[in-house]
Amino acid sequence: MMTRVRVLQLALVGAAVLVLELLCRTGIINRFTMIPPSEMVSALADVVATAPWFWSDVSCTLGNLAAAIGLSVLGGFLIGLAVHAVPRLRRALDPIFTSYYAVPTFVLYPLLIVFFGIGPTSLIVLGALFGIVAMVVATMTAIDRIPRVLVKVARVSRLGWLRTALLMKLPAASPHLVTGLRLAVAYSVIGIIAGEFILSTEGIGRRVALAYNNFDNRTMYGLLVLILGFAIAINSGLGAFEQALHRRWYRS
Amino acid sequence: MTARSRWLDFVLLGLGVWLTWIALFQWAGPEALSPPGATLRRVGEYVASAQFWGHAAATGLAFAYACVVALIGGLALGFALGANRLAGQVGEPILSSLYSIPKITLYPVILLVFGLGISAKVAFGALHGIFPVALFTVGALKNTSPVLIKTARVLRLSPLAAARTVLLPAALPEIVTGLRIGFSTTLLGTLIGELFASDRGIGFILIRAMEANKVLDIMALTLLLFAFAAIANALLLAVERRVHRQ
Repeated sequence: MMTRVRVLQLALVGAAVLVLELLCRTGIINRFTMIPPSEMVSALADVVATAPWFWSDVSCTLGNLAAAIGLSVLGGFLIGLAVHAVPRLRRALDPIFTSYYAVPTFVLYPLLIVFFGIGPTSLIVLGALFGIVAMVVATMTAIDRIPRVLVKVARVSRLGWLRTALLMKLPAASPHLVTGLRLAVAYSVIGIIAGEFILSTEGIGRRVALAYNNFDNRTMYGLLVLILGFAIAINSGLGAFEQALHRRWYRS
Repeated sequence: MTARSRWLDFVLLGLGVWLTWIALFQWAGPEALSPPGATLRRVGEYVASAQFWGHAAATGLAFAYACVVALIGGLALGFALGANRLAGQVGEPILSSLYSIPKITLYPVILLVFGLGISAKVAFGALHGIFPVALFTVGALKNTSPVLIKTARVLRLSPLAAARTVLLPAALPEIVTGLRIGFSTTLLGTLIGELFASDRGIGFILIRAMEANKVLDIMALTLLLFAFAAIANALLLAVERRVHRQ
């Protein structure tokens, strides 16, 4: 059954790419709008092989991304713990948490630039601001969902608070924590790429904007394939991990 | 928890935000942040000026179109995938991948396809909103009790009648959650579209303030947007809670 679903998915995606390829090749979509998917891949290969800036921009983006993810996951986890410990604070902050993602956070980007200057710090803070609230909310949900019985078992076994936290609570909270991790990563990717795209001095997002401004469609579509492929791969990898954890804990 | 202490919490939250803001302002200085009082006055000036409402109307129009496209498209896609088990299993992971990609990078593509103007804004807004609506609809239909679906089959309802009289009411609470999230992401997409690709609208005056580095204008507009998004979200959340309770 699972394999049949996989085959159908591949067939569907393959068919969509093929249709796009045909539309571009026959000129129904003109070359100035979109290049055929096969050319996007070869353009990406060209960029990787020949562009002198490629690896330094990729490593710059990945470094900023890692820092932003680290900040949002760690910071979000600690804030989540702290806010969860004070129920009244949590209820008071609830409106902020629920409407946070309804506001385009990156309007704060110019303020961050004034604050930290154009450079990696503003980008990292922007990426972390995108991701952190998802992690805070997921952490609080995760603590809510720890089964009472586990805490009682810990007390019966006379575990100290540290071992209760590490051996009982952390594993039980892990499925929802991983959900938070996946969301924080996805939001940080969006934040970093968007920030680079709007205003920055280096990074892959900036290269897309440059290629677009120079009407260099080949480079632009090649880099888009790279970014979208990266985002989809990282999201589905974490998604599979998350589902495996959920299945383990909530077997029906 | 009484209503009075909830109000007290709300007032304390406002006070906390205000104090944090002043502390940040003291620390960062007027080049980076504007003080709360002056920002509120600027908000007042915006709200009183006719020019601002012209831009707000342009944004509102694009947002309304984008919402209609995202809601109808998302519901249609969600029902198409949710009504059939296999279609759902095949389509849902693809939808969630599409939902997770940084759509801002697709903005040049949208611009090349739709050109400058309102259609690009609408397309960008709809692109952001359609996936959450579709995903929540698929999820809601997947969790519909099989008894209800069998009942519809026993009564020999046509697919359309079954969707209208059985599936939709059963899945409504989850769908409303999807609509709320779709509403926020559509607003986000429309504003991003305006930032880059327009000559009218809130996003346009925001990018102009960004380019001229007018901190007071940026802060005032951010505050306005935040207030609008928070109020709209709170209203939709109230609707959602009512539907969930039924």
